[in-house]
Amino acid sequence: MPDDPGQFVVTLLQAIVMGLLTGMVYGLMALGLSVIFGVMRVVNFAHGEMMVVGMYLAWLAFDRLGLDPIVSLPAVAASLFVFGYALQRTVINPFIGLPEHMQFMLLLAVAILLVNACLAIAGPDTHGVQVDYMFDSFNVGPLILDAVRVYAAIAALVVAGLLWLFFTRTRPGKAIRAAADNHVGALVVGLDVKQLYAMTFGIGAACVGASGALMLLIVQVHPFLAIDYTLLAFVIVIVGGLGSMSGALAGGLLIGVSEAVAGVLLQPSLKSVFSFGLLIIVLLLRPQGLLARRA
Amino acid sequence: MSGAHLAVRNIGKSFRGLRAVNDVAFDVPAGAIHALIGPNGAGKTTCFNMIAGVYPPDGGTILLDEHSIAGLRPDQICAAGVGRTFQIVRPFMGLTVEENVTIGALAHCRHVPEARALARELLEELGLGDRRTARAASLTLPDRKRLEVARALATRPRLLLLDEVMAGLRPTETDQMVAFLKELNARTGVTILLIEHVMRAVMALSQHIVVLHHGEKIAEGRPEDVTRDPAVLDVYLGQEVH
Amino acid sequence: MRAGGVWQRLTEGVPARALAALAVLAALLLAAPVLSQLLPAGDYWLSILILMVYFAYIGQAWNIMMGFAGQLSLGHALYLGLGGYIAAALYANLGVGPWLGVFAAVCIAMLAGGLIGYLGFRFSVAGVYFALLTIAFAEFTRILFDHFKWVGASGGLFLKVEPEGSPFNLQGSPVLFYYVILVLAALAFVFCRWLLTGRLGYYWLAIREDPEAAQAAGINVFRYKMLAVLISSGLTALGGVWSAFYYKNLFPESAFSMGRSIEVTLAPIIGGLGTLVGPILGSALLVGLGDLFTTMAERLAEYGIKAGGLKQIGYGVALLLIVMFRREGVWPWLAHWLGFDRHRENQP
Repeated sequence: MPDDPGQFVVTLLQAIVMGLLTGMVYGLMALGLSVIFGVMRVVNFAHGEMMVVGMYLAWLAFDRLGLDPIVSLPAVAASLFVFGYALQRTVINPFIGLPEHMQFMLLLAVAILLVNACLAIAGPDTHGVQVDYMFDSFNVGPLILDAVRVYAAIAALVVAGLLWLFFTRTRPGKAIRAAADNHVGALVVGLDVKQLYAMTFGIGAACVGASGALMLLIVQVHPFLAIDYTLLAFVIVIVGGLGSMSGALAGGLLIGVSEAVAGVLLQPSLKSVFSFGLLIIVLLLRPQGLLARRA
Repeated sequence: MSGAHLAVRNIGKSFRGLRAVNDVAFDVPAGAIHALIGPNGAGKTTCFNMIAGVYPPDGGTILLDEHSIAGLRPDQICAAGVGRTFQIVRPFMGLTVEENVTIGALAHCRHVPEARALARELLEELGLGDRRTARAASLTLPDRKRLEVARALATRPRLLLLDEVMAGLRPTETDQMVAFLKELNARTGVTILLIEHVMRAVMALSQHIVVLHHGEKIAEGRPEDVTRDPAVLDVYLGQEVH
Repeated sequence: MRAGGVWQRLTEGVPARALAALAVLAALLLAAPVLSQLLPAGDYWLSILILMVYFAYIGQAWNIMMGFAGQLSLGHALYLGLGGYIAAALYANLGVGPWLGVFAAVCIAMLAGGLIGYLGFRFSVAGVYFALLTIAFAEFTRILFDHFKWVGASGGLFLKVEPEGSPFNLQGSPVLFYYVILVLAALAFVFCRWLLTGRLGYYWLAIREDPEAAQAAGINVFRYKMLAVLISSGLTALGGVWSAFYYKNLFPESAFSMGRSIEVTLAPIIGGLGTLVGPILGSALLVGLGDLFTTMAERLAEYGIKAGGLKQIGYGVALLLIVMFRREGVWPWLAHWLGFDRHRENQP
């Protein structure tokens, strides 16, 4: 711990704000998982892999076309939407409603395929993007905020806002939300469930793809990140309440902050102790999530 | 084996502020066959679930031969001598018919072969002998109901709780079930409490009827009296009486 | 119970042809170290066979929890890691031999399993949530071991290669390790059959099918789920000890990783959940496929075709196809095809 208490408060505050910024991107990633689970009751065990695919696509766009990840974000999200839509239609749909271990094994196979496709195409090395504003920062009072994180967070906020508009203002969005709120109800009302499921998986994939593109501004990508992101997404959605969309965003912020603060107070290598501890406590005492209203 | 005396004393249950069962009391003497009737949502299954230990009553007591069983776990209540069937049948779908009943019999048999022998005996009695190697999932609904009765009986209950075991049966099958239960009651003396909508079966089987409505007991007595009770007729007015 | 009674209990309802096939398989496996030397690259084939038997064994152990009692654990690396670390650390740091250390290893793994089971079942954490709980505990332990100096922290724990080592210290040639894991796998197979044909087996299947109906039939669901976790974690820890002494190095990063937990589940799910042959068949298939694609990638490389991730992609495609078209696993289908299923396995 630093000698100067004032300096320590600033360091802590800085970590909290950084955590919040990263947490926005985490939240967007977890939102994808939560939407998919909410509507289909399928736990996407390939979520981290889809995140990494998003990161690689953004890296390719930067490497080959010189596009900033924020610029290529719509294209990355659209590609993952198409991928998610097609994957649900062809592979996942027959497994809806089957026992969890079958879905788990199916998505595990998808995950193995995705991560090794990345490995085969891009190799095991890490790749990052060098944007012009890489080393820029904003000074807010005593705090110094990395420009990349600020832009990534703003972009994540914009995407989340667009999603919110989609879910509240458009017919398919409302239908998906209705299905997430009342799984059986949607089936009874007779929504075109197949179409709805495929759209949902597409949107979930697009969310995680978009967040992957933004994450590339903050960290470098390599294939083996995937499983860590899958775990991280699980932690966030459980803490926020599995199936809840606002819960996923709030959970992302909470985990982002907790990781950053634990990195300051403890060793950086211990940062996920807090996340997993929180996960255990929430699972035991509030399985509906910290932020959900009731069971 | 003989029957047990069930005494339900002023039990109640609320779900999220909604009063499902309110201050209900009744007795089933040892060896008797009683019925619990009432329109849908009257609180019959909630009563059953409290007796069987699925959830404890908010207040009141449940006595089995003068011993309180309120608040015990379902397996403890089963060990105390209460067997039950479920309104929506729940046999172990992936297991065979014989395995289903063997599991019930293991509640008191020391060894598996003994339990299996007992299971076979019961299945013969209930007319499922030739289906014993079939998976429960492959059975028709009436057979599943019989299987549930067999599984409950295999635990050697002194009180048998039957939740709509006649629903969905054809008239001849209903008569078979009625005859079987009567014979079982006469032979073993097991006490039977049944929830039933099929009035034909209720009239043929039970010596005494308790009527629930909106979670409260509104009448009880001999079947011929209860069916003439104005309060009961009022509840059932406009409803189909079988 | 008399030996004859046990034999009858184990074999009742099993077709004679299936018993004969099992006997042939057992004889082949016993003779494998000799037979493999007849092949070119015999040591290589033996190492592949060792992997197959190892995954069959830990798959069998995991299957008790998921296949029999219906509790999905995705954190079995915890028991493998704990078992391995404890026996290895006792030997490396205190000189306590593995045949003694294994008791401590199994006990502590069972304590961990008991704790997770107790918390999960008492607080009614079920299905996916229970699976996440098991992952969380494994990850938590991984991070703790990363900072646990006595076992080398993130730097890893190493067992010396002792050229003069004796079987009493679980040191020796691959043949020794092969026979040790083969005996473990065979015992686990017989033990699971014995469990399934008894009260415990019936109760577990009932709980797997419908916990509420099981309870109504007089089963203390909590107690029997606990037994499943305890037995499964203890047997898994044995596999962990074997693996630690076979590989002679342990890192928290891999010993407790989610990837390792997933590896445990693959063979029984692919082979056929809840069946006794499933873990064995699944392991043979998966290790076999993995080796096939490695060999193919090597052959391609000889012709100058770079195929780095291709073997894993091939593996992924094969896995996906098996999962999509043999949802119940390969064994139930194969058993039906061979006519072995006229009496179901769990129905003696």
